[in-house]
Amino acid sequence: MATLTLSGVRKSFGATAVLHGVDLAVRDGEMIVVVGASGCGKSTLLRIVAGLETATAGRVMIGDQDVTALEPADRDVAMVFQNYALYPHMSVFQNMAYGLKIRGLPKPEIIRRVDEAAALLDIGGLLDRKPRQLSGGQRQRVAMGRAIVREPKLFLFDEPLSNLDAKLRVQMRAEIRRLQKRLGVTSLFVTHDQVEAMTLGDRLVVMHAGHAAQIATPMEVWERPADTYVAGFIGSPAMNFLAATLEAGGAAARLADGLVLPFADGSRAGEAGRKLTLGIRPEHLRPQTGGLRVMVELVEPLGAESLLHGRLPDGAEMTVKLAGAVHADGVLEVMPIAEALHVFDGETGRRIEPLG
Amino acid sequence: MTVAAEALAGRSARRRVRETVVTHVCLVIGVLIFAFPIYLALIGSTHTSGTIGRGDVPLLPGPDAVANYAQAWGIGGGRFMGVPAGGMLLNSLLMASLIAVGKIAISLTSAYAIAFFRFPGRMVFFWLIFITLMLPVEVRIIPTFQVMVSLGMTNSMAGLVIPLIASATATLLFRQFFLTIPDEYVEAAKIDGAGPVRFFFDVLLPLSRTNIAALFVILFIYGWNQYLWPLLIVNDRSLETIVVGLTKMIGSGDAQNEWNVIMATAVLAMVPPVGVVLLMQRWFVRGLTETEK
Ligand SMILES: Nc1ncnc2c1ncn2[C@@H]1O[C@H](COP(=O)(O)OP(=O)(O)O)[C@@H](O)[C@H]1O
Ligand SMILES: [Mg+2]
Repeated sequence: MATLTLSGVRKSFGATAVLHGVDLAVRDGEMIVVVGASGCGKSTLLRIVAGLETATAGRVMIGDQDVTALEPADRDVAMVFQNYALYPHMSVFQNMAYGLKIRGLPKPEIIRRVDEAAALLDIGGLLDRKPRQLSGGQRQRVAMGRAIVREPKLFLFDEPLSNLDAKLRVQMRAEIRRLQKRLGVTSLFVTHDQVEAMTLGDRLVVMHAGHAAQIATPMEVWERPADTYVAGFIGSPAMNFLAATLEAGGAAARLADGLVLPFADGSRAGEAGRKLTLGIRPEHLRPQTGGLRVMVELVEPLGAESLLHGRLPDGAEMTVKLAGAVHADGVLEVMPIAEALHVFDGETGRRIEPLG
Repeated sequence: MTVAAEALAGRSARRRVRETVVTHVCLVIGVLIFAFPIYLALIGSTHTSGTIGRGDVPLLPGPDAVANYAQAWGIGGGRFMGVPAGGMLLNSLLMASLIAVGKIAISLTSAYAIAFFRFPGRMVFFWLIFITLMLPVEVRIIPTFQVMVSLGMTNSMAGLVIPLIASATATLLFRQFFLTIPDEYVEAAKIDGAGPVRFFFDVLLPLSRTNIAALFVILFIYGWNQYLWPLLIVNDRSLETIVVGLTKMIGSGDAQNEWNVIMATAVLAMVPPVGVVLLMQRWFVRGLTETEK
């Protein structure tokens, strides 16, 4: 168990820069989920921590030790791969024991650790089987077991659940979380799935094009996204964005069609006419006459709630989530809840906090 | 069942029978064409030389099998009387095994280097190996012979085997196979703390089992059938291989060939390759069903 500190980690493959300087401090026993769209550099970051890639610049510290120049085996980390990477010719026992055998642990100690991990994961009956004789969920457990027996300082997961079917994924997600809490091992978990990220992480690192766009707890990321990318990425269905300008005094925003929305949480800095992007989550819209006029194009009933997809008069797309079954045709007028309005800079996309 | 359905079922049953008959006739013809010469050799090895020498080809086994095989195994026959097949078979077996094992060992290691390591000149070496595919033994036989003479390796098993060991084909096959092995195995091994040598023996070699078995069969037969190189490099009759020895038994012109002994030797010469195929096939199939990916 240990802390993990990344400072200024950069990575380029030839001329293409993939990571542009990532800083991260993971506390002892914490579960950090790195989430972002495919290709944003999540795996690269994880592999740099594992030692499978060398950073172009920056430092990786595990505990008090600078491991930047160490080989993977000397970093005392364990990794669970997306395709599990179980050696097909070895039995489950041999797969789990292999790393320990190489480290030269005495046989009884190896057997004790494997049995312990197998009991923890409920795979005690599978130890003699070959990986191909296992189901996807069982392979996943064995891959976890292989990581656990090592008793490493750090668990690294690279999208370990994406090869499972939906039901199993939810089940394993909960199980991984429970195990991680119980063992208290500092963990880095990579996923592109925001639901996985929200449910698993003590904190999230939302990656965007090689930057850590935001590092915060799941609720904080959801409630106060740092920029429009994070705002649009976290939350389902995705947040609606509207172009607006700041009113004189900074206490309200004016939409293109003239509607003025006052800020409930305080005024924003800047002169009148400053370009803004307003973020409104679909669930934060209420039907109200005199509000935004949404031309409804599609209604998706989800049982407890309904999703309405439509457009504003200026063509901007709008999604509205309303409770219960909704029969809306033609135009629906909706108003955002003032307290739930997100204000971003119209040019940089950064969140603008209220003054004072 | 309706009448129409019955008629339909009857027709499809008849079609199945017809297809079975046609395919079997084709197969039987094929088998006859391939098997007949071997059958003739087998039959020939059971008659006296007189029977065959008269010119009529017997189609049924004769009574002299034991004598013929005993002579072939222990004494020999033909123009240069006295090279027993037993010794030649042993030489061939040794040569073919050493060539097959050597080729596999060399090509496994060189394919490992080319597929898994980045080093200066990697692609140059790859293409060099690739180009030698186009150079069969016969093309480089004179310079190779010269080298062997200078090294004083003529008339030795080493001289017989070593020049035939380098194998571009096997190297390329193993390289292709290694490229299909997921990177994650390598990475998992790195995290497990397995160095390159351990990874090779603990992971790569077991995963290559089926490929090794298949290649062993092919390369063993390649080695067994070598003719030109053994003919050149070995004069010592104690190192004679069976393929070379067999052709030497056949005289040219009017000399009376001891066809019965020659046939018996030919049959003996077929046994080890057939044995290897049968033996390795079992292993090969087992390997196929045991591992995947
Ligand atoms: N070995 C490599 N060589 C060149 N480019 C790479 C290599 N590995 C990853 N990349 C590139 O780096 C970017 C980030 O990759 P990755 O970290 O795997 O993304 P993610 O895991 O977030 O989907 C991608 O554009 C990918 O093409
Ligand atoms: Mg990835």
